[in-house]
Amino acid sequence: MKKELEKRTVTGPDGQVFEVDPLKDYFCEATPTVQTGEYLQIVEDLFNWARSNSIWVLGFGTGCGAIEMRPLMTPRFDAYRYGVQWRATPRQSNLFIVSGYLSVKTLKRVVRAYEQMQSPKYVMGLGSCTINGGMYWDSYNTIKQLDDYLPVDLYVTGCMPRPEALLSGIEALKKIIREGRGEGANIYAERFEWYKANQKKVIQDWDMPDYNW
Amino acid sequence: MRDIYERLLKTFSLGELIEQRPDLAFITVPQAQLQDVLIRLRDREGFTHLVLLTAVDWIEDNQFQLTYLLSNREAAVDLGLRVMIPRDEPVMSSIHIIWPTAATYQRELKEMFGIDFLDSPGIDEPFILEGWSDIPPYRRDFDTKKYAEETYSNRPWRETLDPQEHMKKQLYPDGT
Amino acid sequence: MAYQPDRSQYPQRRVDGRLDIDLASGKYLKLWHGPQHPGITGNMSVELTLCGDEIVDAKTHVGYLHRGFEKLMERRTFIQCFPIVCRVCVPEPDFNEYCYAAAVEELAGIECPERARWIRTLILEMGRINSYLMYLGGQSGAFGMGVIGQWTTYIRDLMLDRFEELTGARIYHMFILPGGVRDGLPEGFEQRMEETLRELESTMKDVRDVLFHNAVFKKRSVGVGVIDPAWLEPYGVTGPNARAAGVAKDVRIDQPYLVYPELSYEAIVGKDSDIYTRADVRYRDLLQSVDLIRQILARMPHEGPVMAKLPNVLHWKIPQGETYIRGECSRGEYGYYVVTDGSGYPRRINVRGPSYTHAVALLEHMIINQNISDVAGLMVSLHTYPPEVER
Repeated sequence: MKKELEKRTVTGPDGQVFEVDPLKDYFCEATPTVQTGEYLQIVEDLFNWARSNSIWVLGFGTGCGAIEMRPLMTPRFDAYRYGVQWRATPRQSNLFIVSGYLSVKTLKRVVRAYEQMQSPKYVMGLGSCTINGGMYWDSYNTIKQLDDYLPVDLYVTGCMPRPEALLSGIEALKKIIREGRGEGANIYAERFEWYKANQKKVIQDWDMPDYNW
Repeated sequence: MRDIYERLLKTFSLGELIEQRPDLAFITVPQAQLQDVLIRLRDREGFTHLVLLTAVDWIEDNQFQLTYLLSNREAAVDLGLRVMIPRDEPVMSSIHIIWPTAATYQRELKEMFGIDFLDSPGIDEPFILEGWSDIPPYRRDFDTKKYAEETYSNRPWRETLDPQEHMKKQLYPDGT
Repeated sequence: MAYQPDRSQYPQRRVDGRLDIDLASGKYLKLWHGPQHPGITGNMSVELTLCGDEIVDAKTHVGYLHRGFEKLMERRTFIQCFPIVCRVCVPEPDFNEYCYAAAVEELAGIECPERARWIRTLILEMGRINSYLMYLGGQSGAFGMGVIGQWTTYIRDLMLDRFEELTGARIYHMFILPGGVRDGLPEGFEQRMEETLRELESTMKDVRDVLFHNAVFKKRSVGVGVIDPAWLEPYGVTGPNARAAGVAKDVRIDQPYLVYPELSYEAIVGKDSDIYTRADVRYRDLLQSVDLIRQILARMPHEGPVMAKLPNVLHWKIPQGETYIRGECSRGEYGYYVVTDGSGYPRRINVRGPSYTHAVALLEHMIINQNISDVAGLMVSLHTYPPEVER
């Protein structure tokens, strides 16, 4: 565990002495819970329709696929007309595009960013490397199956997938959301133990609390 | 290139000069004389640019080869200095005083090959890997395929074909 | 007037050279810039220690994109290495292909045909334009001018179309392989390329007006992030970063390769070495690449082989040797150090990316005493691509 995460006594700027326990003080201990629809089915359908038409993508390029996400924001492909836009922080976004291979070091940050997103949230795996390792099937530092670590709604294949493929993937994701099958956040809450065990198996340097939103 | 080598030979005990191209040559330097050779090359011979510093693992000879590649822009020549260090006890003097940027290369070599550079700044801090506990991954005896299979799960129905064997079968079905 | 920090608040240095920073004193703040941050180029992070809004200590963290290429290549045959080398650097992959191919050709004693050399030069210059367009968009985006990014990404898409026409792929082309290139130019390529270049030039005129004559951009970039010419050699600075400091370091001129000796061009040099000059040097270099592409297309041979005869690649063994191949990519000196041991597999391949020195040692050194709001612009102005740092 890192030194700054340990429990310690600190003297503040005004001379006051107090105790800090970063893991308890700065993070939430409660595990995620399953959230089911509370309204009539027709209202839930309306919600899902609305959700499908405002997909906000987290601007976190985890791998090479990020280079094809930039043209999507420009007039030629113009994903904005499909209700897709890019956001700077996890708290504002609901779609996580994992753009390519994930090294173990990035996986740790990805898990953390994913848990900070508000549900309902969706994950899209981009490129062959998220599906089964792709080019880096024998690399010691990249994970192979993304769905072991995060609930994936949709994969887009290719190395690299073209922007058109990404757009079509987003259209397919919209369909999934409208049909009420975009339940990634609930699956993550249900199988929380399993996901955490998988994550802890590869992230050797685990110095964060189990759930940190 | 030959004249630089002759001048260096007067002071230092060097190995053979291997001229790969007219503008690229390699010399083997004893471990203890490296710093002096580097300073001499930088200050007197105009090799002011450190291109790269890397290591090669000669596991058969039980040695690491460190390559310091220097460049002289005026004369448009490159000179590679090779230093052989024992693989059992890989310790080398640091050159971050001569080129501050070498500290980065040395941090990487420490992590990837396990070569220790004495007094190099930040040498023990992790650089690329995080929480790595196996043997340093760029060493020849580290098997990346085996490690990947043990650590990360494959899809059960995945079939891996070695491309070379596969091509051989495709091209020569009768096995010649 | 450039930003003048107050130097009286500085932390003391301990005996071992480290800064004496006590975070609990409330005087300093630790801030992570990245890896998930829109103002970061690619996937890396800088750990900043601030005193007020001034940076007193910085540490670059890389490794988020590490795939272990140098290890993977050791267990692939020479021809199997060729499709993976381009993935080392995403925005300008062709340099990896060229350096790898040239190194293997030199060690194996294969002569690359004349026509293939012209096509390689053409592809490298097209890749350079793409990379500079990415940079211009990023640099203006870092200072809040999103529209230039929209324009340059649009032009980059047109260049990617030409790439697709020539090689069949948008990003990873896998076109330059040991022995030559895969194919010649398609029919009518010259004319469509000329149309694209005209479009590019007209957009570049707008970029000149909107970016370089923009008062906000000038205020935020002139005199900020100066690389002292004395740092160039100790920190191994190459490429446009060095040329903006007034040193005409250009591998294309110092050690010409491919068909560069037959083309007419000169090293683009700046004077002031700040963010503005670096952007200006890259802008002029981009226009020079346009000129180079025109020269190449006008003078290249259209007949002849594009591929030398390779031995049977399944049993291809290369005699023992070591070599270093370098070239001038859009960010500086790019090189491959290849060692062979007489077997069918490379013994060791080391990639020397210019970002390696720029993003770690140089950035950590020059970011000290800067204002926190300039960090994004300063990082982009070094034009670093994290994938080639950690490979």
